[in-house]
Amino acid sequence: MNDEGYMTDSTQWNREIAAEMAREEGIELTDEHYEVLEFLRAANEKGETLTIRKVGKSGITDIKGLYQLFPGGPLKLSSKFAGIPKPASCV
Amino acid sequence: MADNKENPLKKVCIICAKGTIEDVYATLVMANGAVMEGIEAKVFFTFFGLDAITKKQMSKLKTATVGNPAMRAPGGLPFPTILGMLPGVEAGVSAMMKSQMEKLDIPPVDEFLEMITAGGGEIYACKLAMDMFKLEKEDLWEEVKDVLTVGDFYAMCGGENTQIIFT
Repeated sequence: MNDEGYMTDSTQWNREIAAEMAREEGIELTDEHYEVLEFLRAANEKGETLTIRKVGKSGITDIKGLYQLFPGGPLKLSSKFAGIPKPASCV
Repeated sequence: MADNKENPLKKVCIICAKGTIEDVYATLVMANGAVMEGIEAKVFFTFFGLDAITKKQMSKLKTATVGNPAMRAPGGLPFPTILGMLPGVEAGVSAMMKSQMEKLDIPPVDEFLEMITAGGGEIYACKLAMDMFKLEKEDLWEEVKDVLTVGDFYAMCGGENTQIIFT
């Protein structure tokens, strides 16, 4: 983990680690949360730049839903729980 | 940094008074960036900025090709102002700006506004400018929360760690 709480080695990630990180932020992960996390991990692996717009079009949830799943950090928190680096995009 | 963490920004009140693509997008990116960070955002559109939330105009914003010394042709070549005056050049340049943004996953104005309101951001229109441009509430994008006087807007800008930003 780096000092901002993002995992530095995403291959070490598993669902328990995600749940643990989410609990620290006061979020209980549901299946829908995990679907978003898996989507982000897959996109990250392909080297894509992640945006909330992309997640909103993934078919898992819309942008409003994404804000409800990860309050106060739709992309930041989800990336953190997904074990991938802090998002480098502005959208 | 430690000080920033203990005392973070909580609210931004952003004022957009101009209606070119780049002025409007500066506002939208900053507002969306705020809600994505969990920062409350209230956006006030006034004067030509109203185009961004006027149904008829919001998808037709343009970049000025005249009087814009920072504008260059692709590859960094100079772009003489006189070229910008030719018919079709403004439309062409504006279309190019939009396609470049689409490549970076930056959405069109209406979708961008929806992203902001989906995150709890609020969009307002200026009453004085509406009167000036003879606009009615029905002319505005549906999710515009209210038409306000400047006093109303300032009244919303109170609270600790709030910043007013004029783009």
